[in-house]
Amino acid sequence: MTSDDLVIDVRGLTKSFGALTAVDHVDLAVPRGAIYGFLGPNGSGKTTTIRLVCGLLRPDAGEGRVLGFDVIRESEEIKVRVGYMTQRFSLYEDLSIRENLAFIARLYDLDDADARVAAALDDLGLSARADQLAGKLSGGWKQRLALAACMIHDPELLLLDEPTAGVDPKARREFWDQIRRFADRGVTTLVSTHYMDEAVQCDSIAYIAYGKKILDAPTAQIPDKVGLHAYRLRGARVAEAQAALERDPGVVFATRFGADLHVVGKDEAAIARLAKAAAERIGATAEPVDAGLEEAFIGLMSGAADNAAPGAPR
Amino acid sequence: MKAFSWTRLKAVFLKEFVQMRRDRLTFAMMIGIPVLQLFLFGYAINTDPRRLPTVVEMRETGVFERSFLAGLKNSTFFEIVATTTRAEEGDAMLRGGEAAFLIVIPEGFERRLVRGERPQILLAADASDPVASGGAVNAVQQIAERALARDMAGPLARLAPGAPPFEVVVHRRYNPAGETAYNIVPGLLGVILTMTLVLITSIALAREGERGTLETLLATPVRPVEVMLGKTTPYILVGAVQVLIVVALARWLFDVPFLGSPLLFTIAITLFLFTNLMLGYLISTIARSQMQAMQMTFFIFLPSILLSGFMFPFSAMPGWAQAIGEALPLTHFLRMVREIMLKGAGIGDVWNDLAPLALILAVLSTLALLRYRRTLD
Repeated sequence: MTSDDLVIDVRGLTKSFGALTAVDHVDLAVPRGAIYGFLGPNGSGKTTTIRLVCGLLRPDAGEGRVLGFDVIRESEEIKVRVGYMTQRFSLYEDLSIRENLAFIARLYDLDDADARVAAALDDLGLSARADQLAGKLSGGWKQRLALAACMIHDPELLLLDEPTAGVDPKARREFWDQIRRFADRGVTTLVSTHYMDEAVQCDSIAYIAYGKKILDAPTAQIPDKVGLHAYRLRGARVAEAQAALERDPGVVFATRFGADLHVVGKDEAAIARLAKAAAERIGATAEPVDAGLEEAFIGLMSGAADNAAPGAPR
Repeated sequence: MKAFSWTRLKAVFLKEFVQMRRDRLTFAMMIGIPVLQLFLFGYAINTDPRRLPTVVEMRETGVFERSFLAGLKNSTFFEIVATTTRAEEGDAMLRGGEAAFLIVIPEGFERRLVRGERPQILLAADASDPVASGGAVNAVQQIAERALARDMAGPLARLAPGAPPFEVVVHRRYNPAGETAYNIVPGLLGVILTMTLVLITSIALAREGERGTLETLLATPVRPVEVMLGKTTPYILVGAVQVLIVVALARWLFDVPFLGSPLLFTIAITLFLFTNLMLGYLISTIARSQMQAMQMTFFIFLPSILLSGFMFPFSAMPGWAQAIGEALPLTHFLRMVREIMLKGAGIGDVWNDLAPLALILAVLSTLALLRYRRTLD
């Protein structure tokens, strides 16, 4: 793949706030039209990375291009072509839906601002509530409005920072259908999320912890890359086995999936032996199961607890 | 990428205007404050007080004493609330604040006066507030001369004070009656505009920051100069409404004259409005929160009110205070507005204040543009 096909092509991005290095030499290579997932614990530097990419923060070190423009020197050009949806609702609560959209449309100096606002309202099914104040909307509607606002100027790249936090499953589903339609039109998306059902929708995933990128691969390859093996213990007394298994150095983590207990480790033979031994002690069954994406990420996260420090100013 | 776009400026302007209109409380405050202040300052504050309570201590009542007391009363400075024969009582009333003046006419005043012994009358004033007692103290000598002149006739004519060999004629120009309101009301216009406009724009960016909307704004291609002008110009309208209210009330309630050119007045006002808005906006580029912005605004208010010549005469201030005063927009505006309204000054008369104000405006807007952060750093 040549670098011309890369919408985001940055290397060594670094950003510190005082003593805290929020983003530490992060490389990102996102091809055109991809939906790129951005995962990691709270405070791991996802938001800061996104802000660096769209020019809202100036990196301390690193270089690269976004949409072919230099990420440091040409951030104004990048802003025109990027749609950025903030983690927290950041439109004007004391303006109506229509006023918010019209404001953003005019800020991009669009010739057909009014037509675009009307089209956006229509597209997102917001026409009927166009004159309602944004502050009076529920979480799901706010999120739709925010998406409509960051799409109003037909950006080539969408940066979505935990766009579905606090949104109900149906609205989330609709939201992702929308993202997929944008991708089909050639829009590239970088989206941060905590939800596994959203992670599997992404073409590729970058995993970041303590400001460092730990993993970056096509979604389907993630479980293999992490290289975990799982056994499922099923029985009435699985709870009794959990504590002992968690302490075992051969176990990466042991966690409840419903009534079952999943034991996950790196060494296939060792984890089989441990699971079977534990099952025997408590009269449970032990079956090998596929270690999927969720196991992979819990495995990654169990090495890195929540990064305590806040990720960004304000 | 255009360096400047009317569309973007208009977008910020309209947005700010709609928000201002929806924020009823702030809007009401911006209209209510001028009216309230005008009534308080215009009616309640008078640096030339009359009918001050006075106690008279005397032991006999003769023709001269009566004439003198009548003269005091007629001057309207004094209101005789008590007459006593005991020295302690008069002192106590002055000390207790029941009287602002104690007049002591000694025993045998009339007899000694007739003998030409130049007897003394004591006027003891409660001078703890020099402003309150000043006018009356200055007037008393003249009152005494006038009051007794009529009685110094016939054989007493030799006691009448002779006329000085020359006469001093005093003209109290531009405010013949010495009305405090004439000075305070135009000054108040400047104070009101400073208070409301600096405050409202000082929170402009901090509010966006606190509500998270600054991030949206910064992620768009909007330019610093567009944000600055779009966020401040809507308040020109608010300022204009305030000016109309104050000028109208000044005319109808306080009969403050308006002698100068309305056009020159408008020019001076417009320049002053922009300067205040820019001052507020500069604060907003520095303040990290709305609270901080308000605290910083206070640091502007205090010197503005104290050192601009609104509260105390500018010429009486020490050099360093005058230097600070010269840097404040309000100082220049006060001089201009008083000169235009009360003296009918023309552009040539106010030029030496118009130019510095324009300079202050230029400096403030340049600083604000330099301070504007285009990233969240």
